[in-house]
Amino acid sequence: MLDDTTKERIEQDIASEDVVLYMKGTPVFPQCGFSAAVVGVLTHLGVPFRGINVLDDMAIREGIKAFSDWPTIPQLYVKGEFVGGCDIIREMYETGELTEMMQTRGIDAKPAA
Amino acid sequence: MPMQASEIETLIRDAFPDAEVVIEDLRGDGDHYACRVVSSAFTGKSRVQQHQLVYKALGGRMGGELHALALQTSAPTTN
Repeated sequence: MLDDTTKERIEQDIASEDVVLYMKGTPVFPQCGFSAAVVGVLTHLGVPFRGINVLDDMAIREGIKAFSDWPTIPQLYVKGEFVGGCDIIREMYETGELTEMMQTRGIDAKPAA
Repeated sequence: MPMQASEIETLIRDAFPDAEVVIEDLRGDGDHYACRVVSSAFTGKSRVQQHQLVYKALGGRMGGELHALALQTSAPTTN
């Protein structure tokens, strides 16, 4: 389910910003609770990110699952690297690892409250 | 399409015979589960790799007939 065109688009997208979130809906209007949870975490950390709405594009929606070898949305990329889905992001946020990981990659993030 | 908790547990136990598996049906609707898996198979693996192993054990059901499975994985802590 991953043709070359889609793969190239994903590679460009994850390199376009430091933090890229594949999600259902938009950062302002998430259309799924799991996507909303990750938007909430990133907002809390004060980290700017680009949201990519997979509901707008079936090729990306299926393609990103194959690309990351990950069956669900949302998916978070930091500096082009797949960090995880909702459960992992939440867990890393709670332990403070997410802030640490962002900071070691030169991204300004507030400590988890 | 609901999936039984016992079915999820069997698939995970088949893949990780030593695993400690705890499954919770969050809403009692057979569609929203939380699952904690502790197995030595996760030792030395990143969280992403640990979850990928569980998703593989579920044989492609995750994201399909299994809509919501909140996953928490870890390797056994050595005391």
